[in-house]
Amino acid sequence: MSVFHTNLLSTLRNLGKRVTDRLWRLGFASRFLLATLLYSGMTLKRFHLTIREIYFTGVLSLIIILVSGLFVGMVLGLQGYDTLQRYGSSEALGILVALSLVRELGPVVSALLFASRAGSAITAEIGLMKATEQLSAMEMMAVNPIARVVAPRFWAGVISMPILAALFSAMGIFGGYLVGVQLIGVDEGSFWSQMQASVDFREDILNGVIKSFVFGILVSWIAVFEGYDCEPTAEGVSGATTRTVVTSSLAILSADFVLTALMFRGV
Amino acid sequence: MSDSPPLVKLTDVNFAYDQRPILMGINMEIHRGQVVAIMGISGGGKTTTLRLIGGQLKPSSGEVRVNGVSVPDLDTEGLYDMRRRMGMLFQFGALFTDMTVFDNVAFQMREHTDLSETTIHDLVMLKLNAVGLANVHACKPSELSGGMARRVALARAIALDPMLIMYDEPFAGLDPISLSTVGTLIRQLNDALGASSIIVTHDVSESLKIVDYIYFVSEGRIIAEGTADDIRASDAPFVHQFVRGDIDGPMAFHYPSPPWRDDLYSGAVGHA
Ligand SMILES: Nc1ncnc2c1ncn2[C@@H]1O[C@H](COP(=O)(O)OP(=O)(O)O)[C@@H](O)[C@H]1O
Ligand SMILES: [Mg+2]
Repeated sequence: MSVFHTNLLSTLRNLGKRVTDRLWRLGFASRFLLATLLYSGMTLKRFHLTIREIYFTGVLSLIIILVSGLFVGMVLGLQGYDTLQRYGSSEALGILVALSLVRELGPVVSALLFASRAGSAITAEIGLMKATEQLSAMEMMAVNPIARVVAPRFWAGVISMPILAALFSAMGIFGGYLVGVQLIGVDEGSFWSQMQASVDFREDILNGVIKSFVFGILVSWIAVFEGYDCEPTAEGVSGATTRTVVTSSLAILSADFVLTALMFRGV
Repeated sequence: MSDSPPLVKLTDVNFAYDQRPILMGINMEIHRGQVVAIMGISGGGKTTTLRLIGGQLKPSSGEVRVNGVSVPDLDTEGLYDMRRRMGMLFQFGALFTDMTVFDNVAFQMREHTDLSETTIHDLVMLKLNAVGLANVHACKPSELSGGMARRVALARAIALDPMLIMYDEPFAGLDPISLSTVGTLIRQLNDALGASSIIVTHDVSESLKIVDYIYFVSEGRIIAEGTADDIRASDAPFVHQFVRGDIDGPMAFHYPSPPWRDDLYSGAVGHA
């Protein structure tokens, strides 16, 4: 066999191994998610454990979510006005700002922020608990770490995400109003009334909430899994934290495309 | 003491990580009321032995019995039932860093009992008092010194009055005073609770003072065993070296490797 063939074969073999490794890990992560859901009974019974995590993941992400929402909305106000006034329809600015935020930017940007602010923190915390044998100690105390540590953090993320996305959108609309109405001078009445008339509850708001709910599940799942599965060393924890942010971001953006395509009513 | 069946019994236990044998033909008995030490150099398989007894690992062959029950055959529920009556002190304490000292000790009481918070408070303070640390109950583990953290972990390990307490390197990294405090505590707690204890350690002088029986483990095998007096009187070269802490002896200080001279020459040839 020639050198070329040998190289080709080994390249193929490596590629195959990487694919099977990924698939194996995905399968493992799915089983882990299943176990998390199965052991969630205690989380519901002792809801204060989840409330505590909602404080750490949700409430502490508030500042970054609110400030980012405000700026994104202000940029939308400027850009939207710039485009709309070319067609003489600048009073439609309210619709443009609200729809962009509620359908798209609110769920997606707040999920990306949530992944880097809270997701990474969850991974690091669970990973460090593993590295310092706290999870092992819990097992030896006859307490299941998936029920006691993983499930409350998972549900806290799932619950916080839609609320954060809604706050992001509300802040963004306020930012658009500040720039469009207060700064540029778009008519205030038409800004709000057109928005109210055109934003549909089911088509726009509900679909946005569904998106952020799905993103919440994805980010929380990735974050707790990476933490639980990480190698119990300092490098292991830092690698897992990075992977949480990267994988979550890709997952959010690709899921957004799929969901948008599914919700698209077509021509 | 040896007329009742042993609390822990390991029979011909073998264990391997992947293909690498870690433990070979281990036989051990821990009788009720005893404090038993497992000694040997790092990497000898001492922690592995504790994990086998606690059911976190399963032997490749052989029997592990606690209270007459075969540990590897227990299902999750049975295992958790057994662990409620076991206490374990981890090598680095493994205190929950997001909880106060009080909540660490109260953890198992809240998880496994229906006791009222008032009762839990009294019990926790009793346990902390037993290790002499009632005054730090509101601290976070990060605010404690190494010796104090070890004692809190000790209080947590005995929270539910276990029948068996396992200590992984309880003396590692302690100053001489904390060292003998922890040593004395282990003995006192064992006798006060009517429990049995296993101490994994490489600290000979401290453990010889407090234990009833000693197993020496090296490279996955038991190479000597006996009471403290037996061990002191032993003339087995390995035990001798360990007790006196000599560097030269049958136990190699260097990790087994080809002679450095060969290494040097092979390197020299490589560069030529
Ligand atoms: N998770 C693991 N995977 C593979 N090998 C391990 C693992 N944990 C420990 N070992 C190996 O098993 C041997 C015994 O380890 P251990 O029981 O921790 O020793 P000791 O506690 O006596 O220092 C060591 O050589 C160690 O490298
Ligand atoms: Mg060890």
